[in-house]
Amino acid sequence: MDVGIVSYGAYVPRYRITPEEIGKVWGENGKAMGKGLFIEQKSVPAPDEDVVTISVAAARAMMARTDVDPREIGALYVGSESHPYAVKPTSTIVAEAIEATPDLTAADMEFACKAGTAGIQVCMGLVGSGMIEYGVAIGADTSQGAPGDALEYSASAGGAAYLIGKKNIIAKINRTISYTTDTPDFWRREGQDYPSHGGRFTGEPAYFRHITNATQRLLADAGTKPGDYDYAVFHQPNGKFPTRVAAMMGFTEAQITKGLMTPYIGNTYSGAVPIGLASVLDIAKPGDRILVVSYGSGAGSDAFDITVTDRIRKYKREAAPTVEKIVSNVKYVDYATYAKFKGKIKMEE
Amino acid sequence: MSSTAREWREIPGRYNLKGSKCPECGKVFFPKRSMCPLCRRASIGKMIEYKVERKGTVYTYSVVYDVPEANKRMKPYVVGMIRTDDDILLTAQIVDVDPENVEIGMRVQAVLRKIDDDGPSGVIHYGFKFAPCE
Repeated sequence: MDVGIVSYGAYVPRYRITPEEIGKVWGENGKAMGKGLFIEQKSVPAPDEDVVTISVAAARAMMARTDVDPREIGALYVGSESHPYAVKPTSTIVAEAIEATPDLTAADMEFACKAGTAGIQVCMGLVGSGMIEYGVAIGADTSQGAPGDALEYSASAGGAAYLIGKKNIIAKINRTISYTTDTPDFWRREGQDYPSHGGRFTGEPAYFRHITNATQRLLADAGTKPGDYDYAVFHQPNGKFPTRVAAMMGFTEAQITKGLMTPYIGNTYSGAVPIGLASVLDIAKPGDRILVVSYGSGAGSDAFDITVTDRIRKYKREAAPTVEKIVSNVKYVDYATYAKFKGKIKMEE
Repeated sequence: MSSTAREWREIPGRYNLKGSKCPECGKVFFPKRSMCPLCRRASIGKMIEYKVERKGTVYTYSVVYDVPEANKRMKPYVVGMIRTDDDILLTAQIVDVDPENVEIGMRVQAVLRKIDDDGPSGVIHYGFKFAPCE
């Protein structure tokens, strides 16, 4: 039986900061930095927002669009590299907030930026094997960038949630494959506030190698070519990498534009590909074919071949805001406010 | 430092606005009560769960400048009374809107946000706040 997406929802905090504003503080040409990264602005979480609240907002949007009883959800996974607790699951809080408890399994996942899509694959397996009726996979982050580091220009906050099942699917996941190696391009040790990265090493041997290999293997398995897809969503740590990887493999700008949200919200890490896919599903029509390829440092890529079904005509997309609407609600903050919101200013205990 | 057990007991109300309703007189209580103070003995063991509507309108509000430690990074912020669509009056913080743009009668909906925590090594408490309707 077909397995696919039954519902989805996204959330991005409303605050934004521009690369110019960040560059001003660190003596860099922020405008040039933004231009080089294809990032116009990045989202900033409010002081009372974290991966739990972002995941709950996305999951509630997902549930608002479907009539599925939350008690039928058999598994819930939250993928993130910024879970608020080191020990104590984000997923249990989200499950409680959408009233899916207590008859389900839940766990937090971490695989740099691809823990959300890893969750989708796990849910596909559980649903496909008949172990559960529905599974929820969420990718969300309030990602960290060390003050003054190149990452600070992109690391942002947001997430999206997917309800995976067999009944009433709005998009069938035809197949998924992964490409995984041990590549230390980006990491954060236990107890460290900010991640470290290998600079240019994060490009060719990391992002590009994994995305292209995963994509080519999926296309070979599916017997498809880039032109067969109406949309393609690639992991987007900035606007530049996905644009370049798409061109390298023969995908056009028209195919990637709708799913490329990083220029407007920054790199939402585990939320990036899930939000990009949500943006595509917001306008997708029956029969549309979508290629989705995530990337997580460390490193690996999950690729998905998706076909939108007729069911999307009856789907209550209007019950929750579209990605376009979410990202249009914006309030710009200066660097001092951003530093205060992100807890970069040490306060008296 | 709050009691973790007490905070845990309040999760249904804080996450999903679950209160209680007296089957005798129909009065709704939020936070929930285990007995109706009006019907007293007749309500014991019979109170039913009642989920307060998540949408409502701002009944009145105030901008807070003298803030508790947990909210220092949000100062100034708005606390309002929200009349939910099923006519329950709740008090909560109003977020995602600048204080000067909050208006009486404004449509709002409950969202889950961090309320406070028990210090850097303590439990984080989440609960409802209200944000403008999408």
